Amino acid sequence: MSKMHIKLTVNGKPVELLAEPRELLIHVLREELSITGPHIGCETTHCGACTIDMDGRSIKSCTVFAAQANGANVTTIEGLGTPDGLHVLQTMFKEHHGLQCGFCTPGMITRAYRLLQENPDPTEEEVRFGMSGNLCRCTGYQNIVKAILAAAAELNAVKEAAQ
Amino acid sequence: MRAFTYERASSVEAAAKAAASNSQARFIAGGTNLLDLMKLEIETPTHLIDINGLGVDKIEGTQEGGVRIGALVRNTDLAAHETIRRDYGLLSRALLAGASGQLRNKATTAGNLLQRTRCPYFYDTNQPCNKRQQGSGCSAIGGFTRQHAVVGTSDACIATHPSDMAVAMRALDAVVETVKADGSRRSVPIEDFHRLPGDTPHIETVLEAGEVVTAVTLPPPVGGKQIYRKVRDRASYAFALVSVGAVIQSDGTGQVAVGGIAHKPWRIATAEAELPRGAKSTADALLADARPTEQNRFKIDLVRRTLGAVLTEARG
Repeated sequence: MSKMHIKLTVNGKPVELLAEPRELLIHVLREELSITGPHIGCETTHCGACTIDMDGRSIKSCTVFAAQANGANVTTIEGLGTPDGLHVLQTMFKEHHGLQCGFCTPGMITRAYRLLQENPDPTEEEVRFGMSGNLCRCTGYQNIVKAILAAAAELNAVKEAAQ
Repeated sequence: MRAFTYERASSVEAAAKAAASNSQARFIAGGTNLLDLMKLEIETPTHLIDINGLGVDKIEGTQEGGVRIGALVRNTDLAAHETIRRDYGLLSRALLAGASGQLRNKATTAGNLLQRTRCPYFYDTNQPCNKRQQGSGCSAIGGFTRQHAVVGTSDACIATHPSDMAVAMRALDAVVETVKADGSRRSVPIEDFHRLPGDTPHIETVLEAGEVVTAVTLPPPVGGKQIYRKVRDRASYAFALVSVGAVIQSDGTGQVAVGGIAHKPWRIATAEAELPRGAKSTADALLADARPTEQNRFKIDLVRRTLGAVLTEARG
């Protein structure tokens, strides 16, 4: 099957690659671009471990063909923070024990990042509803919700201080 | 996943023609259902026609005072749209009761109507399924049927339609607008859009080969209390056991469709006439021809109780 020429921006960097039409975006990210933050949990659109930001929206990257991402602007967990400069969400997940095994965490944080863009001051219920596409089999979610609420409070405090 | 070729359609007419000329082709829009079906090799198209660029993605008023929802409007955008939230609250609530944020960001209006059943036997390619392979038999009948249909079933299929949105569309008298491969247009009331399984459960809608859904229209707002109540095993990651989409007016009359119990959203005129008399007589009329299994008989009571809760909420 002939490959398709695909251009996209990943974490601010323009990339070009060739992919078969049947290749999923998650596979291209991980295997062609070595961006291994987004994980493959179920590969059937359920678990949310592969959640990325595409053109300003949370999506599951196992539910998009790479060919369909042509021209898209993609952000993964790698684009949110670095080991030396954690994103507030990463700091709060660490502080509030929002992770145990860590497998779901990149998807959780990438989804939470967009959730807080859409709704900077969510209630607990809104966090739970907004995160309902991401599964975690360790934490019981309690600390994930706490971490996201804490990150929202921190981001809002920083914003207020700047005004 | 099996290999396939891929094209991006440039116009509705071109997409319709391309699909009509190749029985192995499928349209892809949001892909939230099709991709998973392809991974499991339940759908094995040899060609995909990407219709995301067709431009039918606007929400606009109609001359009659209703609203036209482009086929490609994403579920997230439809649920959040000011007009929909204000005048068609039932639709907005039904959308938000389904899937997750990530999926609603991709899923389209037309694709939501066209999604396939979540019958576990349909998904298990080791088991016969008349919907997956015509004439192979139904594994659900005599199997685990807690989730399955109780009305409108046949000896060939007892699957349900999984959509929440479609239940709201049915209660709100939506009309599906299409363009056929020969370029002609038609408008199909949603009542006629989905088929009951009969002997041909693999044919789920009245769409012809290549026919493209371009929009779904709603009549002028009908007011009333608009309620969508979905009963399921978990608050997320679960399809409806029973859902009720209702518009109830202050005199007790209204419009009501039920999800989770049939091959299509279930709405019966004679049942609706019973609404002012309450949930019991309405549910009795809705389910007059029910053929539940031992495992899903509870849905009969669940419809009555859910409807009762909805009517109580509407009065409150």
